[in-house]
Amino acid sequence: MVKRKHLLGLQELSKEEINTILDIARPMRDIIMRDIKKVPTLRGKTVATLFYEPSTRTRSSFELAAKFLSADTLSINVSSSSVQKGESLIDTIRTLEAMGVEIIAVRHQQSGVPKFISLNTKMSVINAGDGFHEHPTQALLDLFTIKQKLYKIEGLKVAIIGDIYHSRVARSNIWGLLKLGAEVTVCGPPSLIPVEIEKLGVRVEINLQRTLEWADVVNVLRIQKERQDAGYLTTLDEYRDWYGLTQEKLEKLKGKKLLILHPGPLNRGVEIDDYVADSPNAVVNEQVTNGVAVRMAVLYLLAGGNESGNVD
Amino acid sequence: MLIKNGNVVMVEDGKIRKMDVLIDKGIIVEISPEINRSDVEVIDIEGKFLIPGLIDMHVHFRDPGYTHKEDIHSGSNAALAGGFTGVLMMPNTDPPPDNATVIYYWKEKSKSIPLNILFSGCITKNRAGKELSKFYELKEAGAVAITDDGNWVADGAVFRHAMEYAAALDLLVITHPEEPTIANRGVINEGYWSTVLGLRGIPKAAENIAIYRDIEIAKMTGAKLHVAHLSTAEGVRLVAAAKKLGLKVTAEVTPHHLVLTDEALAGYDTNLKVNPPLREAEEQKALLKGLLEGVIDVIATDHAPHASYEKNVEFNDAPFGIEGLETAFPVLYTELVLKKKITLEKLLLKMTVNPAKILQLPKQGDIKKGNYANLTVIDPKLTLKVSEELLVGKSKNNPFLGRTLTGWPVMTVYQGIVAYQRLLKGVQ
Ligand SMILES: [Zn+2]
Repeated sequence: MVKRKHLLGLQELSKEEINTILDIARPMRDIIMRDIKKVPTLRGKTVATLFYEPSTRTRSSFELAAKFLSADTLSINVSSSSVQKGESLIDTIRTLEAMGVEIIAVRHQQSGVPKFISLNTKMSVINAGDGFHEHPTQALLDLFTIKQKLYKIEGLKVAIIGDIYHSRVARSNIWGLLKLGAEVTVCGPPSLIPVEIEKLGVRVEINLQRTLEWADVVNVLRIQKERQDAGYLTTLDEYRDWYGLTQEKLEKLKGKKLLILHPGPLNRGVEIDDYVADSPNAVVNEQVTNGVAVRMAVLYLLAGGNESGNVD
Repeated sequence: MLIKNGNVVMVEDGKIRKMDVLIDKGIIVEISPEINRSDVEVIDIEGKFLIPGLIDMHVHFRDPGYTHKEDIHSGSNAALAGGFTGVLMMPNTDPPPDNATVIYYWKEKSKSIPLNILFSGCITKNRAGKELSKFYELKEAGAVAITDDGNWVADGAVFRHAMEYAAALDLLVITHPEEPTIANRGVINEGYWSTVLGLRGIPKAAENIAIYRDIEIAKMTGAKLHVAHLSTAEGVRLVAAAKKLGLKVTAEVTPHHLVLTDEALAGYDTNLKVNPPLREAEEQKALLKGLLEGVIDVIATDHAPHASYEKNVEFNDAPFGIEGLETAFPVLYTELVLKKKITLEKLLLKMTVNPAKILQLPKQGDIKKGNYANLTVIDPKLTLKVSEELLVGKSKNNPFLGRTLTGWPVMTVYQGIVAYQRLLKGVQ
């Protein structure tokens, strides 16, 4: 059952709710594969993307998802300059509401903003990534992709690698994976492992090679180069040597097959090598396709769709 | 004035007795089981507690500079409604009191207010941590304490010299302990919840390190150090150790640190964003233990009003601080006294006698013959839901909104004058 008004994070979803979304993403994906990628399901509804942080990838994915379901779409990019002009977030929300928007997907550099908006609006709010809190649709598409490739989640060993501290993808993945019965290890430089993360139910591992030997699936996080001056990283070279997914490290696994995910965009040569990124085990492009399908499922369910998934 | 039939709480001997209290010219002149007079105003408070007027040594009245949040009048109204008859104003104003001018402004503006308003001056010019304020001038103008509250004086040499002057001038130094580079722009306690919520954490070490340094400097200089709003177990241990050494170190804790933990932040409620942040249950236990064992001398509200439009924003952008004067007593009565975690007398020791001692206030802090008639009547049965309408201060950023609390102040008497009376529909 998904009887929710908002999708703010995977922390708040039950296992059943997550499975419902993944189940409905399947027929949605079929729609994307058709020649005419359009169903009338959300005709007459208006979906807005409200992005306070640029992300062409996620924004386009939401917009396409809405368009494939025949919703009207509106895309608002709020640059920091217009924030400086003094329009508060609350003002922006009231404006969108007054324009008749029913669902908004919000991306914001601060944690908690989608929750804050949900308390101050009649619209349905989808968290499209907030600070280093959650990015639920990314985690849902990761789960969908893993299931598509390995047919299950339960019992899998999944490693999340890189800057865990600043990663909303990591947090949403952790909630989702644990709820669906996977084991999770987070692996990264010690300065980027958040305190008390074990209390979420994950293992912490500092050594990448050991982590790779343990894992069935690795989710490689994007390293933000600008974090370097904050004293989190020694050097990018050292990061690559210690935590980059390189050909050499995979070869040491002697033929063991790892499913490799990456939320994109890739920093080739930093957290992932060309060779690895372009290898058949890496499913970066499938993730992008599945992202649209999962977002269609989320929009459909929040707009009041039933669980049969009969969307034609 | 004659107050009859009150359950009088005399804090220093820890007893509650049914007594009549006679007041003349603002002074308590007689306390006896039965006083009958027909020539004075008689107030019968049968069934209610008569306690010494509460004293809060940590309030922000935002005047001058931020009077949209609060001003001396609205802050005083909040204090009186909360049962307080004395407050110490912090210097977080614009301009701040780094010289006598602001103190004179405060004195002038508070002259006719029936509340003992005490003034603190800044440690450094503009609270910027670089150059010392005019200490002699501040002392002469009437400042009883100096502090840069909110800004820990990170420069050790500056703080050392400030403490040397403070020792010589007998000024209390109040420290807001937080080493800023370790706090590193954190917004909540660093721990499980900062990790889950993806918010920058303030490690407990930031507070502990600052307390340790300040105590060492108190040891060097002999100055009186008061540690504001303790929030960590290690902080309690450090203060206990300093007291054992015989140093003139005292400490306070806030009601919100005693009754709330960081788990309450799960919904990103900015009305719970405070500095120091709400910590975990283990820290909270240590604070209560420190309070019971006498390590922590005082409960102070850190009343920090903000306008709702300032708080109703993204979490990182919201200012730290919560409105505290009006609900302090009912919160503590409901959560600690009624749950038998502390006795009423001990609670009052921390809110009346001890702050009066630390601030060197003569004839205040307890119900005694010869003391000022600064008294508060508490209705121990009165149960009210905290709502914006109930709060009289300018700001409504109270973390207990929506909660039902018992034991509200219903009358505040300042030097024999009824300065506040709670008027309720259907309630006497
Ligand atoms: Zn403070």
